[in-house]
Amino acid sequence: MPAVPGTPVMSPEARAPGLLIEIEDLAVKFGTATALSHVGLKLSGGEIVSLIGPNGAGKTTLVRVAAGLIAPTAGTLWRRPGLRLGYVPQRLKIDRVLPLSVRRFLALAGKASRAEAETALGEVEAAGLMEHSIHDLSGGEFQRVMLARAMLRKPDLLLLDEPLQGVDLGGQVSLYDLIGRLRDRHGLGVLLVSHDLHIVMAATDRVVCLNHHVCCSGAPEAIRHHPEYVALFGPEAARRLAVYAHDHDHDHDLAGNPVPPEPRP
Amino acid sequence: MMEEFFLRALIAGIGVAAVAAPLGCFVVWRRMAYFGATLAHGALLGVALGLLLGIDPVFGIAASSIVIALIVTGLQRQRALGGDTLLGILAHAGLALGLVALAFLPSVRFDLMATLFGDVLAVTWSDIFWIYLGGSAVLAVLALIWNALLAVTLNEDLARAEGVPAAPVQFAFMLILAVVIAIAMKVVGVLLIVSLLIIPAAAARPYARTPERMAILAAAAGALAVIGGLFASLQWDTPAGPSIVAAATAIFAVSFTLGTLGKRIS
Repeated sequence: MPAVPGTPVMSPEARAPGLLIEIEDLAVKFGTATALSHVGLKLSGGEIVSLIGPNGAGKTTLVRVAAGLIAPTAGTLWRRPGLRLGYVPQRLKIDRVLPLSVRRFLALAGKASRAEAETALGEVEAAGLMEHSIHDLSGGEFQRVMLARAMLRKPDLLLLDEPLQGVDLGGQVSLYDLIGRLRDRHGLGVLLVSHDLHIVMAATDRVVCLNHHVCCSGAPEAIRHHPEYVALFGPEAARRLAVYAHDHDHDHDLAGNPVPPEPRP
Repeated sequence: MMEEFFLRALIAGIGVAAVAAPLGCFVVWRRMAYFGATLAHGALLGVALGLLLGIDPVFGIAASSIVIALIVTGLQRQRALGGDTLLGILAHAGLALGLVALAFLPSVRFDLMATLFGDVLAVTWSDIFWIYLGGSAVLAVLALIWNALLAVTLNEDLARAEGVPAAPVQFAFMLILAVVIAIAMKVVGVLLIVSLLIIPAAAARPYARTPERMAILAAAAGALAVIGGLFASLQWDTPAGPSIVAAATAIFAVSFTLGTLGKRIS
C-alpha cells in the first residue's frame, strides 16, 4: 500500500512486533534548502539510537519529524498506532520574567495528578526539586525536570534533542546512566541527539551518523571505522569517538558530591 | 461627595485595568510589547475605517487588529527584515494612514486627542456596560486557554508535541488582545494602551512565584494606578489618561526598587 507522505500508515502486519517508529526515504525541504533526503530509521522498544552529525546536519529536523512537528516533504513516517511520545526539545530557555515552580512546570504536561508528578520527579532522581523555581536549577537539574515532564506522558518512545546541553561533565555521565535506567525499567525506545560528535552513550544500541542523509549507522564500536564517518569527521575524530564505557567507582549526586555507586543490573 | 463623571471614570478605568493586566502578563512573557503597540497604533486606522463605514469604531478596531495580526503572523517567516523593523513599519503606517483617513472625514465630528490619549472622564454608562461585557468575555476566553497558552509560551514545540493546538490558541490570544485594545482606548487612548498591559505586569513580577499570582497582582497594580492617576488628575487638573500611566510607572518604580533591594538582602 503506498503511503501518503507525512501520514502515519496503519499497516502494522508487515512490521516487527516491537517496532515503534519507521521512517522511510524521508525528505524535508525548507524552501529550496534540503534539510534531509533519503533518510531511513527504525526504532523498537527498548532500543537506544544516538544521532550524531555536524551542526546543521538535520538532526533536530529528524527528531521534529518523528515528534510530528514537521510534515515530511517526501517519504513516509509510520508510528505505531497509539504510540505515546515523550519529547525534550533543544535549548529550552525560560525567561526569568515568567515565575514558575517545577511543580507548575510539570503540571503543564497535561492531566497529570500531583502524585504522578511526584513519581515522575522521583524517577529522574530529582524529587527534592518540586517546589524550586525553575530559574534556579542547574543545567543538570533542569534536564532532569525536562525528562520528568517527558515521562509524565507515560511514553513508549523518548525523543531527546541534546539532553546533555548545559550539563557539566560529571552530570552528563549520571544523566546518561539515568536515561539507560529509564529504558531498562520501562522498555522505552530512545532517540537521542548527541551534543558531541565524538561521544555517545555507552548503552547506545545504534549510532546513526547524519549529514542531510544517513552517512552510516551501526553499533558504536563499528561506526568509527566506517569510511564515511572517517571521511566526514577525519581520522582524528575516528580515534576520538569515545564511547561512555566508563567504569567509575562512585556516582555524583545533584550537587556534585561523590556518592557510592548504585547497583547496576 | 464624588461627582458622577468621576465615579464612572473610576469604574471604567478599574474594569479596563483589571482585564488588561492579566493579558499584559502574557504580552510580557511572550515578549510581545511591540506587537501590542503595533495593534494599538493600527487601531487608529480601525477607528477611521469605522467612521468611514458608519459602524461602531470598536468593530473597526477589531478588524484592523485582526488584519495586522494576520500580516505579522504571515511575515514572521521572511528573513529580509527583523521583527522589530516590521512591527515599527506596521505601527506607524497604521497610525499615519489612520490620521490621513480621518482628514477625508471633515464632516465627522471627531476628537483626535481623545482617541490618542483617551477621555476617561467622558465615559458613559453605556461605555461601561461594553467595557465590562467585553472584559468578561476576554477573561473567560483567557481562563479557558490559560494552561495551553502558558505551555505554548514556554516552548511551542514541546506544547505541540504534547497535543496543544498552538496556532488556534495563539490566534485566540491575539483576538482577545484586540478586544482589550478596543475597550481600553476610551480610557488611555491608542498611544498609551500598551502601558496598561505591560507596566502592571512588570510591577507584579518581583512579588509573584506563580504565573497566576503575577496576573492577579498585576490586575491589582493596574487598578491602583487607575485610582491613583484619576485622583491625581482631579487634584492637579492633569489629563486623566497620562496621569494613570504616570501612576502606573510610579508603582512600577517602587515595586522594582523594593523587589531588587529585597532580593539583594535576602
